[in-house]
Amino acid sequence: MFNLAKKDRTLLLIVAGMVLLAPFLLQPFAQGSGMAQFNAGYPDLMQRFVIFGILAIGFNILFGLTGYLSFGHAAFLGVGSYSAVWMFKLLSMNVIPAILLAIVVSGLFALLIGYISLRRSGIYFSILTLAFAQMSFNIAYSVLTPLTNGETGLQLALDDVRILDGMNTNGTLPSTNLLPPSLVNGFEMRDTYHLEIGSWLFQFNTGYYLSAIIMLISFYIALRIFRSPFGLMLRAVKTNQTRLNYTGINTRPYTLAAFVISGMYAGLAGGLLASMDPLAGAERMQWTASGEIVLMTILGGAGTLIGPVIGAGFIKYFENIFSKINDTVLHGWFGWLPDGMEDAVVWFVHIFVGKGWHLTLGGLFMLVVIFLPGGLVEGGQRIMNLFKRKKSDGAGTDKQHHPKSTPHVAE
Amino acid sequence: MDIILLQLLNGLDKGSAYALIALGLTLIFGTLGVVNFAHGAIFMIGAFTAVTFSKILSFSFVTLDPTQKNFLGEPLEVKTAYIVHWFGESTGNGLIDWAVPLAILFSIPVMLFVGYAMERGLIKHFYHRPHADQILVTFGLAIVLQEIIKYFFGANPIQTPAPDMFRGSFDFGVLIGYAENAIIYPYWRLVYFVFAGLVIGGVFAFLRYTTFGMVVRAGMADRETVGLLGINIDKRFTIMFGIAAAVAGVAGVMYTPINSPNYHMGMDFLVLSFVVVVVGGMGSLPGAVLAGFLLGILESFASMNQVKVYFPGIDQIIIYLVAIIILLARPRGLMGRAGVMEE
Repeated sequence: MFNLAKKDRTLLLIVAGMVLLAPFLLQPFAQGSGMAQFNAGYPDLMQRFVIFGILAIGFNILFGLTGYLSFGHAAFLGVGSYSAVWMFKLLSMNVIPAILLAIVVSGLFALLIGYISLRRSGIYFSILTLAFAQMSFNIAYSVLTPLTNGETGLQLALDDVRILDGMNTNGTLPSTNLLPPSLVNGFEMRDTYHLEIGSWLFQFNTGYYLSAIIMLISFYIALRIFRSPFGLMLRAVKTNQTRLNYTGINTRPYTLAAFVISGMYAGLAGGLLASMDPLAGAERMQWTASGEIVLMTILGGAGTLIGPVIGAGFIKYFENIFSKINDTVLHGWFGWLPDGMEDAVVWFVHIFVGKGWHLTLGGLFMLVVIFLPGGLVEGGQRIMNLFKRKKSDGAGTDKQHHPKSTPHVAE
Repeated sequence: MDIILLQLLNGLDKGSAYALIALGLTLIFGTLGVVNFAHGAIFMIGAFTAVTFSKILSFSFVTLDPTQKNFLGEPLEVKTAYIVHWFGESTGNGLIDWAVPLAILFSIPVMLFVGYAMERGLIKHFYHRPHADQILVTFGLAIVLQEIIKYFFGANPIQTPAPDMFRGSFDFGVLIGYAENAIIYPYWRLVYFVFAGLVIGGVFAFLRYTTFGMVVRAGMADRETVGLLGINIDKRFTIMFGIAAAVAGVAGVMYTPINSPNYHMGMDFLVLSFVVVVVGGMGSLPGAVLAGFLLGILESFASMNQVKVYFPGIDQIIIYLVAIIILLARPRGLMGRAGVMEE
């Protein structure tokens, strides 16, 4: 199936299962219970999980495989968002043309920036991409205001043209859809089906499922790239580019292709973000946004397939949860401590939660870079190995170290 | 002509800040070979030492003054700074007024310590890891430092005025024979420029004319050989890291009257100073200084209305544009040595 090795197929199926069943999996606590605030199974957050997953998968194709650290990836995200919103304004509220345009425009943009930036490598490449992204950000804020609507951000208006949808007559802003509501109901991005089982509420959102399916396709493509000769070539670039050059291989087309692909992934993510909420602002292109993409990928595990997705989910989940925890919640948790100690603990923990989430994130990121260069995935593998080794301790079943004696004479 | 001179002067203060930060970055890169993304955060911490110092100076106690009444008819609460109480009215208030310049004395030891702790605690472990790892870990550190400052000082900019003497502007044009009111220039910017010149001169003199500086320069050229000669070069490089942090720190202290410090000022300056370093040439100290002033002045010229008419928005992107051109045409930068990180 899917032309994959068995291991990859299992991985793909696991990811597909997790993503498609996310409305159940992310909603483990009953409504109204004390733990309900840790639920993540509502459309807005789930959409962000998969969309930023796409972004991180794309970034990983560049950074994880070739080792080129781009600090300007958010520019493509922003360009994707802008082009999608323009499509909504001019053509139709259908998301398909918007997403396609976002991919194409960001791909072209990536081709231009990549063609120039990839002339240098290492830190120079990072700074070149950073410079380009900051330039795009500044221009979007100032000169391109007619195109980007400057600080306000680009949004829908009542008098937009929308050639295919016809004039908007009922005086409300239309919402994005996959199939126009005049044909079929239930395919608007915001349409959500609520399922109540006992005191559990599960929400199935059209926008989420669209993003989820696109994310699975992107994941599959990334998987194929990782296993292809092209992917192998990219890894070779990361390992030793000079040696590749000496053997007479021109690495530029390969790195440029990787850059454009990852730019298109970012554009796709930007288009999807705009499809869920038709609004695009320049702050999506700022270099702190690029930094966040880097954080996601590294935290999850650069160069691994599943790592970036985990990293994106991890950051988006805890960003959401941590910002909800306030002092009242903390006092509830530590109420069993003696009074003075309770206050001290709450005071200390307070620094890291709520608005202090970035502090936790920065610290965590540092720890990962220092101790776990392979990210959370490597952490998981280490823990797994720990258990495996305990089981097989002294048993001598390790094939590499205790090869089985082969019979000398053919039986 | 006077317009050009005015823009030149306007570019100098920003250029000075760029030059000072870039100088520190280059010192770190040239000695330790580490790309420090947390250097902007150090600049920001420097600015906040000035805030802290002025707060310390104006620590006050409350007394009731029976001769004055507040609007409820009760005795008025009067705040008196301890420092005024101890040193008398004029000296005390004078000290509070001069908080920013005096904060330099306070910030130098603090920043030396911050730099030292950073190098020993973190950077030390990253000498032999790839540049990408160094960028990442210092980027994480920058976030952490920024958030700590935000926690203690809040997210809003904090006003830290210059001493009364240097507030306001003066007519610089008259001094050099132009018409009145042609070139109005704020005092503090001139002070900042002179100060930056002194610091830069001091660093260069330190490296040029002291034994310590000589050893450091030798170490920058060939670390291993210096080590083989029996000199503990690591220790000296650690001290250089501290000095680089102090340079960025005092740059931050003196910048507070120009721009009220907020927690993300470091990040704002960091990107630009990296561009400055690259334009000047990685590892070249004069290059960093030259490029700092050059880009500051270029930015100021690009913001002239006469230029903006022809190239709208050019002031926003000029620095990046120059950086891109330099990186593509001359990757070693303006004054970089051949072979140092050219590819």
